[in-house]
Amino acid sequence: MQCDEIAELLPGIVDGGEIADRRIQRHVESCLRCQAELVQYRKLLKALHLLRTEVLEPAPGLLTEILAGLEAAGERRAMRSLLNGRNAAYAGGTAAALAAGAVGVAFLAHRRRLSLAS
Amino acid sequence: MPTEVGDLVVAAKAGDRAAFDELVKATYAQTYTLALRLTHDEEDARDVVQEAYLRAFKGLKKFREDAQFTTWLYRITANCAATHLGKGNRHRHEDIDDQSQLFDERPEVDPEASADASLLRDRVSTALSHLPPRLRAVVVLRDIYDLPHEEIARELGITEAAAKVRLHRARKQLRERLFPLRGEEQAHAV
Repeated sequence: MQCDEIAELLPGIVDGGEIADRRIQRHVESCLRCQAELVQYRKLLKALHLLRTEVLEPAPGLLTEILAGLEAAGERRAMRSLLNGRNAAYAGGTAAALAAGAVGVAFLAHRRRLSLAS
Repeated sequence: MPTEVGDLVVAAKAGDRAAFDELVKATYAQTYTLALRLTHDEEDARDVVQEAYLRAFKGLKKFREDAQFTTWLYRITANCAATHLGKGNRHRHEDIDDQSQLFDERPEVDPEASADASLLRDRVSTALSHLPPRLRAVVVLRDIYDLPHEEIARELGITEAAAKVRLHRARKQLRERLFPLRGEEQAHAV
């Protein structure tokens, strides 16, 4: 394998994300240029890892903005749930009235059948 | 009122709004850091953070507590940043070709000689800011936030193979800029 081919693979091999097969390993072991490049990639990963613990200063007022946005979203949600609740209560009331009506009609029909029979 | 993130998550999932506010207070600086790293624009980062917390608030019931809350939040933030940058016009100038060369305006500096971690962090941050946004997003999420390829691909709306290709390109450009080999220095010292 040529150095150019290996160079394309090194960014994936450096953290073990991709496996270096025997041919690649043999080349890197015998090639100073590829070894040097691999070392530089390792340094890069270490440098990137330095940023893991860094927390940047948030923009002023950001927390207030986030909380205000959540408050507004919470109010919208509460309003929706209230409206949904009212709709459900209305639907329930209508269903109950219809059911009561149906029972009443059935009762009257039953009484009429009894009086006709006697 | 609970104080640990895990307890706050449980309380917030049960409908405790104050607990969710506490979660925001405990995590917003980290979320902002990620948003700023992804967007490299303070105003965009603010928008992304706001949107991320709104989505988290609405989707909290879906959060499974076997994962870390911050990792879940990072995924949401990455998704919001990808959406935000995708629809933004102000960033067209940044949307340069992946293969384009990075120009280093500063004289060559040996990072080892500087030996100063904060200086090195600054150099890495600057190098990241020179990457095209779609390469930057992948390398930030993989190498700084340790998200797996699969999740990165899902949140950015790309295939896993594309995520890996972008990661390779990003690492190569960063390596050439920050840790050049002999002969590469001149190419970047324009």
